[in-house]
Amino acid sequence: MPVEKTRPVSFACVEERDPQLDRDAVFEANDSLAAAKMAVRSLDLYYKDFHALHDVTLEFPEKQVTALIGPSGCGKSTLLKTLNRMNDLVEGCRVEGDVLLDGADAYRTLDPCVLRRRVGMVFQQPNPFPMSVYDNVAYGPRTHGVKRRAELDEIVEESLRRAAIWDELKDRLKKSALGLSGGQQQRLCIARALAVNPEVLLMDEATSALDPISTAKIEELVGEIKRDYTVIMVTHNMLQALRVSDKTAFFLLGDMVEAGPTEELFTTPKDQRTADYVEGRFG
Amino acid sequence: MSFGGTLREGVAHVVLAATAAVSIAAVALICVFLFANGIPGIAQIGLPDFLFGMTWRPGNDIYGIFPMIVGSVYVTAGAIVVGVPAGILCAIFLSRFASGRIASLMTPCIELLAGISSVVFGFFGLVVIVPLIRAMHPGSGLSLLAAALILGFMILPTIITVARNSLDAVPASYYEGSLALGATHERSVFRVLVPAAASGIIAGIVLGVCRAIGETMAVVMVAGNQVLIPSSIFDGVRTMTANIVLEMGYAAGLHREALIATGVVLFVFVLVLTLVVNTIKKRGEAR
Amino acid sequence: MTWYVSNPATLRKVTLGPASDDSGRFEAPAHTTSALALRGLVYVAAFVVMMAFLLIMGYVLANGLPALTPDLFAWEYTSANVSLMPALVNTLLMAFLSLLLAVPIGVGAAIYLVEYAKRGSRFVALVRMTAETLQGIPSIIYGLFGLLFFVSMLHWGLSLLSGACTLAIMVLPIVMRTSEEALLAVPDSYRQGSFGLGAGRLRTVLRCVLPSALPGITGGVILSLGRCVGEVAALIFTAGSIAAIPDFAGQGIFALFDSARTLAVHMYVLASEGFHIQEAYATALVLLVLVALLNAGASALTKRLRKDN
Repeated sequence: MPVEKTRPVSFACVEERDPQLDRDAVFEANDSLAAAKMAVRSLDLYYKDFHALHDVTLEFPEKQVTALIGPSGCGKSTLLKTLNRMNDLVEGCRVEGDVLLDGADAYRTLDPCVLRRRVGMVFQQPNPFPMSVYDNVAYGPRTHGVKRRAELDEIVEESLRRAAIWDELKDRLKKSALGLSGGQQQRLCIARALAVNPEVLLMDEATSALDPISTAKIEELVGEIKRDYTVIMVTHNMLQALRVSDKTAFFLLGDMVEAGPTEELFTTPKDQRTADYVEGRFG
Repeated sequence: MSFGGTLREGVAHVVLAATAAVSIAAVALICVFLFANGIPGIAQIGLPDFLFGMTWRPGNDIYGIFPMIVGSVYVTAGAIVVGVPAGILCAIFLSRFASGRIASLMTPCIELLAGISSVVFGFFGLVVIVPLIRAMHPGSGLSLLAAALILGFMILPTIITVARNSLDAVPASYYEGSLALGATHERSVFRVLVPAAASGIIAGIVLGVCRAIGETMAVVMVAGNQVLIPSSIFDGVRTMTANIVLEMGYAAGLHREALIATGVVLFVFVLVLTLVVNTIKKRGEAR
Repeated sequence: MTWYVSNPATLRKVTLGPASDDSGRFEAPAHTTSALALRGLVYVAAFVVMMAFLLIMGYVLANGLPALTPDLFAWEYTSANVSLMPALVNTLLMAFLSLLLAVPIGVGAAIYLVEYAKRGSRFVALVRMTAETLQGIPSIIYGLFGLLFFVSMLHWGLSLLSGACTLAIMVLPIVMRTSEEALLAVPDSYRQGSFGLGAGRLRTVLRCVLPSALPGITGGVILSLGRCVGEVAALIFTAGSIAAIPDFAGQGIFALFDSARTLAVHMYVLASEGFHIQEAYATALVLLVLVALLNAGASALTKRLRKDN
């Protein structure tokens, strides 16, 4: 049964380090990392013996879209799942280094449930729960203690509006979410994620299972919601990264090769490997 | 292909179709024999008198099985109260809480429980549960409570296995989606996975009910078998199955037909339950 | 909005992104009491189920082991030795006979459903429906039917044969379902490979599909065997309760018409008579060991099946 959340993730030096000291060190030594909305510092990740991420240090600026690109198997999705501890579910997964949220150590000082509320996620395959549209969106707020009906109604409407799907769904809130089209399902999942008011939204190739029209709608939506949220997206589509993101990081075989403003990375890459990859794709 | 080959294929096809038809023939035969031998009895007794009669006195040719119908329903309801919560929670444990090692230790135990003969359960009830009840409450201890406890225990493996299979079949993406919203493991399991597996879990419960209402030997051994509607859980009770097994050995004439008719009533109960299970399953598949 | 992190080590104000007036709307879930209560409930349920299981096992073992005496395994049953040996032999005979009937029919039906029948034909739907119905019928109904049909109508009397035929119908759906699952699990590429070499359907099934499905089918057979071993209600009015092994040496095939008490029936008789409680414990233990052995065999087969695929 691979779903035991209670199993502690082995985390390097968790016992030996004094968490107070550690956090102070983070605040003092890494001003720029601490200032970013979210950041990783010297992050190494292993799946059993496989070394999947090598010493990654990267910051995700607030209210911007950061795109993670690279060939498949390069570790970009792995990094994304590390940010909200979804990697805890993978047996044999070990994380070393720091994940910072507002400069605080997200792994040692935050309960995973709190971390995941603050750092929401949209998955590659739309995964609405087998319940009504309303219950899907209300699930998160209910989880976090909202009980009053009026308040839930308000959150559901606001979240669906933010995900630009209120007009399509307002008349079928009581219908099963499984009856929606793939694109609608994915926007519903975005609404569901927004309903708990996260600070960061992770998107794991959220458009790869969708048709071009739905993809365009979601890209437009990301442009909208970045005014309020910090978005980190993994994409296999470099044009999408170029269209949507403010900052891009390029990964290759578990290394972060290069990161910088999207325009710069695509037009004047500093690393030859980035240049090869970007050009290879663009022909 | 040679002519001999074609002939052989043809014969094989016919023979195999015939073996498939055996189950149809079996159900048809069972229905025909049961109804043909039971209905005349019911006709002679009168359907209302038979179904709703409160007295069962074969010596005077009075055959009312209402206390037995109520007995079967009570005993089954008791088994549900005892077995269903424990069974479902145990299935949830095995599917979503137990580590691989604990699950692989417990699974063979559940399978063994499923394979144990009902006489062994009945005997265990007779020598352990019944004396315990006797110590708690004046009387023989042979009671509705004893039957419900034993039956509740007996339907556990059915419920656990079916409910666990349907929980295991829930897509991992539901669980991940819930977790990613900041829900705890427990909330994700109880509010997302369990509702998603509901049709399978309910099918498991109905199958358990099917087993409980049809169980004979274990009930006969611990229920006391008085033909009375029990007024408390410490009273004895006779089920339809017990009625058949207790008296069939020596019954003749109308008495025998009344016992077969009891079987017909039980058969109808079970057919309805089977129909319910199939409908639930179909609805689950359609989703 | 203002957000308070529950962990006192990091208690501080954080201003969240979207400006809305839902301050204090969410509580930190952390490991709330309800989550802990649910987890406790699940663990308690699993614990109670296991305890009940261990209690029944332990009880039968503790009382059955001392009651096992050499007398119990004497070849002939007498009211003095209360031997369970004839019942044990009868159980094996009964199970063997009923499987002899049920396995060819059940496997044949499964082959027909998987390899021959057109999907969605009315005949197939009817076969499946009746098989599901058979599976739900309680054993006492099988007993009644066996009494009416085999015992009375066919004049086979309370006999090994009547009992075996009754049990055969009872386990038929189990054999059918497990065989069907095993056949469905055989990859289509096997069939295509065989057809591609010019083999006919029958040859493909017999030479190619059936051997790969054999472990699964055997698992179903073992399951049915377990059901035969433990059955009472279906046998008490069809096979009777004479505690002797049918005399095949003297009567030949006609010994099939002798009454035969199986182990489970033996146990029921002992327990309900109430004179031989020690012997009943011992019989319970033997029944338990038989079922445990059968289960172990079945799970060994499933393990091999998984390894092969």
